[in-house]
Parts: sequence; structure tokens; C-alpha cells
Amino acid sequence: MIANTEIYNLTVNGSKHEVRDAWVGESLLYVLRERLGLPGSKGACEQGECGSCTVIMDGQAVCSCLVMAATAIGSEITTVEGLTNDGTLTAVQDAFITEGGVQCGFCTPGLVVAIEHLLANNPEPTDLEIKESISGNICRCTGYGRIFEAVATAVSTRNAGR
Amino acid sequence: MSSATQTSTRREILGNSALRPDGVAKVSGKFEFSSDLHAEHMLWGATLRSPHPYARIVSIDLSAAYKILGVEAIITNDDVPGKKTYGLIASDQPVFASEFVRYVGEPVAAVAADHPETCRRALAAIKVEYEVLTPVTDAEFAILPTTAQIHPDGNLIRHQRIITGDQNLQGEVIVEGTYELGMQDQAFLGLEAALAIPDTGGNGIEMYVATQWLHEDQKQIAACLGLPLEKVRLTLGGVGGAFGAREDISLQVHCALLALRTSRPIKMQYGREESFYGHVHRHPAKIWIRHHATRAGVIQRIESRMVFDGGAYASTSSAVLINGITHIQGPYKCLNATVDGFAVRTNNPPCGAMRGFGVVQACYAHESQMDKLATACGISPVEIRLINAMVTGDKLITGQVVESVAPVARCINETNSIPMPAALAKNADPLEIVGGSGLTSLPHNIVRGVGWGVSIKNLMYSEAFDDFATARCQLQDGVVHLKYATVEVGQGFVILAPQIARSVLGVDEVVIDPVDTRIGSAGSTSASRQTWMSGGAVDGACRLVRQRLFEHIGKKYDVDPMRLVIEDTDVVDMIGDFRISVTEASTGVLIDETFEHHHRPTQELDENGQGNCHVAFAFVAHRAVVDVDVELGLVKVIQIATAQDVGRVLNPIAALGQIEGGIAQGLGLAVMEEIVLDNGKMRNPSFTDYLLPTALDAPQVVAIMIEEPEPQAPLGAKGIGEPPCISVTPAIAAAIRNATGRDLLRVPIRPQDICF
Amino acid sequence: MTVLVPLTLKEALIATSANPSAQIIQGGTDLMVEINFNHRKPTDVIALRRVNEIRNYEISADRSRVTVGAGLPYQKMEHGELAELFPALAQAARTVGSPQIRAAGSIGGNLGTCSPAGDALPVLSALNAIVNLHTATSFREISVHDFMLGVKRNARQPGEIIVSTTLPVIDGWQGYAKVGVRNAMVISVASCCLVVDRNVGAIAVSLGAVGPTIVRCRETEAWIASQIDLRKVSAVAPNLLKEFGDRIASESKPIDDHRSTAAYRRHAVATLSRRLLTRANTQ
Repeated sequence: MIANTEIYNLTVNGSKHEVRDAWVGESLLYVLRERLGLPGSKGACEQGECGSCTVIMDGQAVCSCLVMAATAIGSEITTVEGLTNDGTLTAVQDAFITEGGVQCGFCTPGLVVAIEHLLANNPEPTDLEIKESISGNICRCTGYGRIFEAVATAVSTRNAGR
Repeated sequence: MSSATQTSTRREILGNSALRPDGVAKVSGKFEFSSDLHAEHMLWGATLRSPHPYARIVSIDLSAAYKILGVEAIITNDDVPGKKTYGLIASDQPVFASEFVRYVGEPVAAVAADHPETCRRALAAIKVEYEVLTPVTDAEFAILPTTAQIHPDGNLIRHQRIITGDQNLQGEVIVEGTYELGMQDQAFLGLEAALAIPDTGGNGIEMYVATQWLHEDQKQIAACLGLPLEKVRLTLGGVGGAFGAREDISLQVHCALLALRTSRPIKMQYGREESFYGHVHRHPAKIWIRHHATRAGVIQRIESRMVFDGGAYASTSSAVLINGITHIQGPYKCLNATVDGFAVRTNNPPCGAMRGFGVVQACYAHESQMDKLATACGISPVEIRLINAMVTGDKLITGQVVESVAPVARCINETNSIPMPAALAKNADPLEIVGGSGLTSLPHNIVRGVGWGVSIKNLMYSEAFDDFATARCQLQDGVVHLKYATVEVGQGFVILAPQIARSVLGVDEVVIDPVDTRIGSAGSTSASRQTWMSGGAVDGACRLVRQRLFEHIGKKYDVDPMRLVIEDTDVVDMIGDFRISVTEASTGVLIDETFEHHHRPTQELDENGQGNCHVAFAFVAHRAVVDVDVELGLVKVIQIATAQDVGRVLNPIAALGQIEGGIAQGLGLAVMEEIVLDNGKMRNPSFTDYLLPTALDAPQVVAIMIEEPEPQAPLGAKGIGEPPCISVTPAIAAAIRNATGRDLLRVPIRPQDICF
Repeated sequence: MTVLVPLTLKEALIATSANPSAQIIQGGTDLMVEINFNHRKPTDVIALRRVNEIRNYEISADRSRVTVGAGLPYQKMEHGELAELFPALAQAARTVGSPQIRAAGSIGGNLGTCSPAGDALPVLSALNAIVNLHTATSFREISVHDFMLGVKRNARQPGEIIVSTTLPVIDGWQGYAKVGVRNAMVISVASCCLVVDRNVGAIAVSLGAVGPTIVRCRETEAWIASQIDLRKVSAVAPNLLKEFGDRIASESKPIDDHRSTAAYRRHAVATLSRRLLTRANTQ
């Protein structure tokens, strides 16, 4: 049994972070953004309907707005800030820029994380698999066309590099 | 159309798919949106809102809220030191409701506290006693002479007629209909947010805010704070989309007031539900329209009555109305018109700017009519549109002559040349069929339909507004610094401005200085205007710098400045063999120029709706292919073919992104997006129930960009942001009619509209 | 103010017994929405996300039943062995929210929230699932029909944890279909699960989002079983099919709300049930 009252630790992007004096109802998204200095994950709906807050938790892409932060102790959490550790871009990130997958950019971190998760588990997804895998990530700017193009480019870059 | 390695060898000048300079920050989560901003000793602000569409405030009791630990300030109407109201055109909206609340969600008070949860508890502890009044929620009812006025300015925000030509002409063929549109939300993803930092001493403020127009915000905030303009300095916080919803003030004044009151930085950000209450929406409209035509289908006269529900406060309703009535003829020749337009105040949520601005409503009506007319005349949807297609030099129903390039017929013909999508396969994957993984439908349940929509859209602001943009260009040591207040909302001005500087000045390194109010206004990022207006300003400033560079070189190297031109990254003598790199030529000198771009003046409409009220026009055609499960009334849009009059393509990938994105928004209005109102209350202020298109709703988009450079436009390029979302909605509606045989007089089209 | 994260079911049960009013959180996909929207302010929370015993499923030795842990994410039901045994459950699971939601959400959460639009619930109803409830000291089984009491109301007592549901493996056809206004990530406007038991010639039809809780259409089930031989796969006559849908619709109890109208929902369940019966008798 793990009990939290005032202090707990979260493991984010490989490092332990202490959370103090938090309100019990705080979501993982809030704690990442407001307490741990990791504002890359975005909030746009607070109810799992937009995917902007997608993080990888214990190997699964989840909406961090729907994770009660205090229950995430012991989990391995990866945010957009932790996708690479040397400042270089992943093939997915690079393709988002070159193919025009970014406009306002608010949905971008969540989409990048969701697509990284997809490609880690399915390196050669079909078009429909791509669409279904990001059907929980709303983009209001692009109409998705350039995003599909970015995923296709990222897939070929990754597969050429292996 | 694109390649990942294009930038290494090609210069990022006009015409190339230059990459976003903010791209790396945005893909890695490091871009600072306004909601990401923080300051030391910051407090959180939050807003108390009216639960009633119409009520008199009897009393407000703050005592219990003040007792909550962590609450630092609570403000109401009494605490507004300057002007108590604001607004883009008319200043009719209270900063905080005083005597009356006029819509659900109207701000009543604001608190500052140490944690968002403390704010929520404080809001819950404020006791407001209301005397609930009967709301006026029907626009037609609101303008009856017997209806009580719900605002001192009255229930009629603006009435405008257009009367031209023969008022009695009766066509050989007459078709008419009444069309309605529901209330659409812009639904940008990056919620409203601002950070306000008070000056030491408390008589000034620094604000970081996501907006569409810094200087207009500055003007309205300063007036409400009772401060001179220079005491209110705004810097753009990263903007997560706008689409019109950030043209009006939302939390700016509240945030500034709390900062001044507490002498501490205040961060305010809305949640999604509050965002639905906190910004204006697309006007719901009801449009009656009658077309008179010859038997061959030539339009002779239109009659229309258009009613736009502006909600509780005026916002831009009067301008939206003018756009609506002046575009009701569509991109078609018409000499005789009788049009009556009303922008009306009700106790519904306030409506204002949204991409397409009044023309979306008009287009849905006129395009629905065009198909009726085609049927009545026994010709095809394409033929009826080609017969009537407007050309440059045609006179509009306002008397204004279309001077813009007007390739309407070409838009239609090129769209028509795009191949149709393959038929739905008998063994199609469920995700390719209506209903997707819901497994509602099998291929034999599906009927395919095709429909058309064509539109005309004005560019820039209208009706005598002195619309301008300012830019400053500094060249030194081969590096250009650009300074402007042009807001980047995602559309890509941040890419375009350096492209312009590189093209004009032959430099590669362009630095964009912070976007703030420390330079003249750039006007709003709206009305498809920034490429033309701020693009024109950057272009103008760069040309002035280039001229001075040539003069400098002329003096220093004894060449004729008149003979110098930029070639790649060099300055060369057109006639002689003098050549010097821009970097070398600008080493050790600083050339600094500022330019204001004004478009040509326009006029207000007269009482008969006559006048040169618009600057310029752009055109687009859409053809929609849809699959409909007719029995269940479910729709999947399969393909949108489009040809758009863009003037000149300045960045192919960015342009395509605008077209695809606009189409998705038009699709949303056609089949799923609506704020459902029940006696003034929103029933679905959340992303669970306000549905936006997902990746599985996105159609294949095949786009052709028609390049006929616009002589009036500084770069030959027309604004491209709005047209994509305008005629796609009626095209989808027409395709559904084609598949189902239903009339479908209202969008969004709901399942029950199709199957009953 | 405490958050307990038990690692075993025993720890979880002790914790709930000690604090029966504590808020139990499973995947969080419902509860966190209520908290984020300021509709609920929990003080004590017991989170089950790390109780691995309830994130599994177990097939009985004779393969006649499967007990599905209340915390098993929907994602794990979409494919593989469970999907083969319960195609309708797999189909329903795939329609839950988005991939992110399906990685977190579970049957336990659907039962705990007990929304009539819960996607898995019509399947549990049509399969006559048993809900297994535990306390630190006791255990009870309750039919899912008795468990679901109304809109967001169920028969769970304070101190009890929904540990699992037991589903019978049925020899026959089963399917699920759901109407929403979007082609992905959409809350049900109406849904239908139809299960045919070929061995006994019985049928079960359950409807979602057309009543205060899941609607089981027992009268229509009995009627159609009297009209056709459900032990055989054979085409259903058009007039029977029409009446089948009409009867299903008349058993539904939908309302008008911002998502749809009662009339459309009746029409939708009639149509879905006809289509599912057709699929059952052609596949």
C-alpha cells in the first residue's frame, strides 16, 4: 500500500520529482505543468476529448488530464519534453515541421507523443491505423492533411534508418 | 508536394515552402503559449459568471468568499476605475455586470487567490441574489415593436437594406427558401489565458496575452483601467488558434484589474467550459431568399431577408451583418436586388467574429438556392454556376465594381476537373464506412452524393475603416530584424515575414523581434488580411531599406543606385559588372525603416446599401462527395475537391494547410458542430458534446491553387484563410441532399433531419 | 485528506472497509472529468490502478465462463482471446472514447459510473453478466440487471469494490453497434447489443442511451424466438424484421436531450437491432 497525504514522488522522463502540498484533485496534467515545470503537455478540454495532454505512462498513451496525479506514483511517465534527451528532434517531430503539420501548435505535443507511441508499437501502420490511433487528438487548424503527411514521412525516415 | 530535405539547398524566399521558425519549439513542447507563462509570486484569477440568461442583480455578498484562506482580492463592477464597458465597435458590454446580467456566462465578479482550487471555492462562496427575468431568445421576437428592450442601446443592433435596380421584376423562374444556421464555436485549442504584471507603484501594467489584435486590446483595456495607453503595454503570448474568437476582449480587463488591485502578477486561464461562455460565437442566422431568373437560368433579381442573432452584446454584429447582406448574391452576376438585413440583440450568448464572418451564412443560403434554380431550369449544378459566374468588372448589388481578379468560372472548371474518388468497396474496412468502429453501417446501407458550393469573400475590413499595418525593418551586417505587432495565431505570418525580407533584401538571416505594442498597430489577424496588410507593411519597410542600401552602395562604390538590383544574396549592377554581397554591403551600417501599409479607402453603405464598401474579393469552388447512411441519417465526407483563387502562392505547404484546415471547419458546421441552446442556456459547453471533426472525419482534400496575381495586393497574393471554410458547408449539404432527396434547410444537418 | 494506492486486492478491501465513504478511482476517465469540471471534490481516494489482480481475466477450466477483472483496460478486449470469445465486447470496447481512453478505462469504471451511455454495459446486459462485489469480509454476486439501478446509480454498497464481472461463453452470434454523430470518439446516441444462443435458440437484445439505464428487450426477445428458429442461421423475413425493430423501439425509453431526440433514438435502436439480427442470421 502506498499512502499519500502531503508529499509524493513522480517519475517523469526518468527523474524523480517531489510534489508537495498538492490538492488531492490535481490531475497529472496540472502537476506536470504547474508544479514540475513541464508545460509541454497542453490542456484544452479537461475531459479526455482532445488528446493535447497525451503522455506515455507505463508504456501506454494516456490523457494526463484524466490521471489523478497522486495515484501516478510508481509509474514511469514520459512527456513530450522527454522524447529525446539531447535536444535533437525525433523523426516524427522533424516531419511535423517539414510537412506543415504544425500551425498554432497547441495540439502538436500531444499528437507527437501519440504518434511516437504508435510507431514504437507498430512501425509500419496502415493509413487507417494511423487515423484511428490519432482519432483522440483533435487538431483545429490543419484539418489533419499535413499531419497524415508528417506521419507518412516519419515512418519512411524511421524505416530507412533502421 | 513536399519533401523533407527541401530547405538545405533552397533559400526560404517567397514561393517556397519555407519552414516555420517556431516549429522546433512547438514540436518539442517548448513554445510558450500564453497559458504556459509564469511569474514569481503569481496569483491565479478566476471569474464568477451569471447562471441566468436575463436577470436583475439584487445584491452581491462577498463576505464569505473573503474569509477563505488564500483569497487576495475580489472585484466587481464597483472596482472598475475607468470606463465600465468595452466592445469592438460599440462599447456596450460591461466589464462586470452591474444592474442586469444579459446572458448565461456574463461576468459578475472576479477573484484572485493562491491556487485555482482556492479561486473555485471563492467563486462558490460569493452570494449573488438575482431577480430572474424572462429572457428574449428569439431574434425575430426581439425586434417586434412590442418586445421590451433588453439593453439601453435597444434590441436592434443594426438594420441595413440593399435596394438596387428593378424592384418589381418577376423572373420566368422563381425559387425561394428559408435557410437556417446554428451557432458554431471557433473551438481553438489553446484556451484563453493571460499574465498581467503590475508596474511597481501600481500605475501601469505589462500584459502577456493571446489575442488577435494587440493594439485594439490595449485601447480597450486602458480605457477600462482609466490609464493612458502607454501605461498598458501588451506583448503577445503564444496563441493556440483563434478563428475570430480572440478578436473581442475576454479576460484581459479582469486580469489587469486584479493585478493592479493586488500589486502581484495574475495569471488567468479559462477551462473549456468557461471558454464557451467567455468568447463570442458564429451568429446563428435565418435567411429567406428568392431568386428570379430566366428560363435559361440567368439570375435577374434576388430578394432576401436576413436575420443574424447577435446575442446579448454587439461585438462585431453590425459588420457581420454587412458582410452577410453584401455577399448574398454569391459570386454571381445580379443587377436587381431587394435585401433587408437585421443584426439583433437577444439574451443568447454574444456572437461576433468567426472565420468567414457573415459570408458563411450568406453562402449557405445562396448556394442552396443555386441548386434549386438548377433543378427548376433543368440544368446541372455546374452549369447554373457557370452561366451566372461573375467576372472582373461586374457591378455588385451594392453598386461596387469588382476590380479584383475574379476567376469564378475557372475555380468551377478546375474543381470539376479533379477526379472523383473511387467507389466504396464492398469489402471496405469499417473505418472507411459511415459510423466507423461503431459498425452501424455496411456498404449496402450507403448512398453516395455529390454537391457544389462556390463563394465570394471580401478581404480586409470594410465600410470606411482605416485599416493599416505597421512594420519596421532593420538591416545590419547582413542580418535583418523585423518588428511588427502582427499576431501569429498559427496561420503562418511568422514564416511569411522572413520570406518577404529574404526575397526583397537578399539576406538569409531574419530575426523577428518580440510582437508587442512598442510599434504601431498591425490591425487584427482576421478578415484574411495579414498577408496583404502586414505582408504589405513588411514588404514596404524592406523596400525602403533596400533603397537606402542601394544609395549607400552607390555612394561608397560610385555606382548608380538606380541600376542596382538584388540577385540571390548579392547586390548587382544591372548593366555593369559590379557585384557585392548584401552582407558585405551592410557591414558596419544600420539601416532602419518603418512602413505603414494602408489599403485603398472604402465607403460606408448608404441607406439603400450602395457604396464601395469592400476592398477586394477572393473566390473559391468546392465539390463535396459524401457517403450517407440514409436510414440512420449518418454522414461521412469522402472527398472535397477545391480550386481557390489565391492570387499568388507564397508558401505552398502553408497555403495547403490553410485550405485543408478551413475545409475541416466548414465540414464541422455542415454535419456536427453546434452550440445547442435551450432558452438561452448552452446545453453542450464541452468537447464531449460540442463535436469537432477527428482524424477519422477528415475527407480526402484535393486542392488546386489558381494563381492570377492580384494587382491591388502588395505581393500579388490574396488572403486565403477564410474562403476554404465558406462554400464547403453548402457543398456538403448539397451532396447530402443529392444522396437523400431531402430539403435540408438547416445546418448542421443532424441525423434526424435526414432520416425522418 | 489521503490518497491510498493499494498494490493488492486485500489491501484495497481493507482500505475501503476502513473508510467506506472514500472515493474509489479506477481508470479515472469518468471521475477526473467530474473533478476537473468542479462537480466533485473528493477528500479521501482509493486508487485501484495498481491492483494487478483486477487487471486480468480468467477463463474457467471448462471454458464456459470468463471472469474479467474490473480494471482490465478496454484496449485489452479489442483483440486476442477475449475478443474471440466475446466479439460484442470487443466491438463495444473499440468504440469507447479514444485510444487514450481505452488504455485507461475499464468495465469496473463503466459499472461504477453506471451511465446509460456506458459502451460496455449493453454487452454485459445481453450476456447476463454477474458482477462480483467484495468487501474485506464478504463477497457477493449480483446480476448486472440488478446492479444497474438508474442514471448513474448502482447497487454497490459503501465499502464494496467491484472486483470483476463473470461472462458466460455463448455458442452463437453476437454483435454490437453504436450510433454517434461523429466517425470516432463519440458518446453513444443509441447503441445495441444482440446475442444469439444457438444451443438453446434464445436471443438477447440490450440497448444503451435510450433509458435511465440499459434497456433489456425481453418481450421482443421472447416474441422473435417464437417466430423463428434461432438455433439455425437463416434469413429473417422482411415483415418479421420490421416488426422486430418496431418492438425493440417500443421497449426503449429514450428522452430528448442535447445529443439527440427521443424519436431519433427509437428509430436508431429499431434500425440497429434489425441490422444486427440480419447480420446474426447471415454470418
